[in-house]
Amino acid sequence: MTSRYLVLRLLDVAVTMLAMSVIVFVAVRVLPADPVLLLAGEYARPGELEAIRAELGLDRPIPVQYVRWLKGALVGNLGTSIRTQRPVSEVFLQRVPATIELASMALVLGITIGLPLGVMGAVRRNSWVDRLVRVSAVTMHSTPTFFLGLLLILLFAVVLGWLPAFGYGGWRNVILPSLTLSTFVIALVARIGRASMLEVLNTDYVRTANAKGLPSCVVIWKHALRNALIPVVTVVGLQFGNLIGGTIVTETVFAWPGIGSAAYQAILERDYPIIQAIVLYVALGVACVNLLVDFLYAILQPQVRFD
Amino acid sequence: MSPRARGIPWGPLIVLVILGAFAAAPALIPLDPFSQHISDRLLPPGSQGSEGQFYLLGSDALGRDMLARLAHGARLSLLVGSSAVLGSGTIGFTLGILSGYVGGRVDRILMRVVDLQLAFPFMILAIGVLAAVGPSVLVVIILFIFARWPAFARIVRAATLEVKEREFVSAARALGARNLRILFLHVAPSCIGPIVVLASFEMASIIVSEASLGFLGVGIPPPTPTWGNMLSGGRAYLRTAWWVVVLPGLAISIVALTANLVGDALRDYLDPKTTGARRRRGDG
Repeated sequence: MTSRYLVLRLLDVAVTMLAMSVIVFVAVRVLPADPVLLLAGEYARPGELEAIRAELGLDRPIPVQYVRWLKGALVGNLGTSIRTQRPVSEVFLQRVPATIELASMALVLGITIGLPLGVMGAVRRNSWVDRLVRVSAVTMHSTPTFFLGLLLILLFAVVLGWLPAFGYGGWRNVILPSLTLSTFVIALVARIGRASMLEVLNTDYVRTANAKGLPSCVVIWKHALRNALIPVVTVVGLQFGNLIGGTIVTETVFAWPGIGSAAYQAILERDYPIIQAIVLYVALGVACVNLLVDFLYAILQPQVRFD
Repeated sequence: MSPRARGIPWGPLIVLVILGAFAAAPALIPLDPFSQHISDRLLPPGSQGSEGQFYLLGSDALGRDMLARLAHGARLSLLVGSSAVLGSGTIGFTLGILSGYVGGRVDRILMRVVDLQLAFPFMILAIGVLAAVGPSVLVVIILFIFARWPAFARIVRAATLEVKEREFVSAARALGARNLRILFLHVAPSCIGPIVVLASFEMASIIVSEASLGFLGVGIPPPTPTWGNMLSGGRAYLRTAWWVVVLPGLAISIVALTANLVGDALRDYLDPKTTGARRRRGDG
C-alpha cells in the first residue's frame, strides 16, 4: 500500500465532501419552504419577517452565507438550531450515542446470524438448508423495515407483552429496534457470504486441505472463510449509506432518540443548520467507511494493487 | 449463450398475474376506496357492513373498504415503480454507455458524479425535497429517477468496457463501421441482460422506499390510498385492528419479494455462471 495512494484517496474524500457541502447548502436554500415563515407564524407582520431573517443572517447572498458557514464548520461551529436555539454540535453529540448503539447492535446481530447462514447454504448447496437460507434471505431483503418493526411490536409488545414497544433506556428497549434494523444486514451477509463461499470452496487450496485429511469444519471455518469474507466486507461497507437510511425509519418507528429521528424532525421543521450538519456528517461517514473498505480489501487480499 | 433449461419460475409468474388483475380491478368492477361509512369503522376481514356491503378484507378507521384501497394502492405502487425504473434505466443506460465507450475525461467526470450520488443518503434527500416541494406522484417519480440512475450507469459502463475490446467489435471497426453503428448494433445488446436484471431488483427497492416515504408521512398524501400511507394511518390502531397495518405491509412485502425473485430467476437465466465477482461492486 503506497503512501501516494493513501494521500490521493484522502484528497478524493476531501473534494467529495466539499462538493457535497456546496450541494447541500444550495439545495437547502433553493427549496421553496421558508423557515422564517414557519418561525414567525401565520400572523406575523412583514417587518417582523425581515427582522428575523436579518438576525439569522438569511438576508445575505447565498455565497456569503456559505463561506461564513464553512469557516465555522471547519472549527467545529455548525451554527445553532433555528428552532431551539441550541448549538447544532450539542444536539448532534446528544443524539449520536443512541444511533451508534443501535447500528452497532444491528451490525453485530446481522453478521453473527447472517454469516453462518450463508456458509451453511454454500456448504450444503442445493439441499433444503440452502433453499431455506436463500428463501429467508430474499424474504428479509423484501420486507420493509417499518413493517417488520410494527410486526415485532405487535407480536412481542402487544400480544406477548415481553418487551417494550418503544422508547430508550434499558437493554430491553434495544432488542426490537436492533433486530428490525439487522434483518437488512442478515439478508445481505447471508446472500453475499453464500455466493463467495461457493466460489472459494471450488478452489484448489480448499481441495488440497480436504485431501490431506483436515476435518471439514477446520477447512470451512478457518481456511475457506478467510477468503470468502472479502466480498462480504466490501458489500457491507458499501451498503453503509443504506444502513443509515434504515435507521431513520427504525428510529421513527421505535421513537429512538438518535440521529435518524433527529434528521426526520429537523426536516419537517425546516431546521436548516441541523439538516446540513446531519447530511454532511452522514456523507462523511459513508466516504470514510468506503475508504476503510478499500484498505481492508487490500489487507485481506494482498494481490490487489492500487493504481 | 444458450438459455439453459431451468424450470420456469411459476411462483413469481403467478403472483405477477394476480397483481396485474388486482391493479386492473378498479377499472373493471366498482371498488370505491374513498367513500366513508362511519358506522362500519374497523371491521375485521369478512364482515358484513351496515348497508349490506361485504368487507372481504375489512375496513379502516374511517369505514373505507380495505380491498378497494389496497387495489388502488397497487396501481400507484406499480406506476411509481415502473416509471422510475424506466426513467432511471434510460438515463443510466445512455450515460453509462457513453462513459464506457468514450472513456477519458467524460468517463472520469461521470463516474465521479455517480460516486457522489451513491454516497448521498437518499432518504434524507427525499424527505427534505418532499417536505419542501410538497408531495405528488410526479415529484416522487422524479426523485427516484434522480436517485437511481447511477446504479444503472455503473452496470452499463461495466458491460460496455467488457464488450468494447472484444474481437467482433474490433472486426466491425476494421470493416469501417461508424461509432454509432457499433454502439447500437454491437455494444448496446450486451447491456440488455444486466439492465433487465438490475431493473427488477430496483423495482423491488423503489416500491419499498416509496412505501417508507408514505409511512414517514412525506409521500403521496391521503386520501389517495398508497400502501405506505395506509400503514402510516393504521399505525395508531395496531393494538385493536391488526389488519389495517398487516394487510398493506404484506402487500408491499409480496410485491417486493416477487420482483426480487424475478430478478434472481432472470440472472440465472441470462448468466449461468453467477459468481460473486460480478456482484462485488454495483450490486446495489
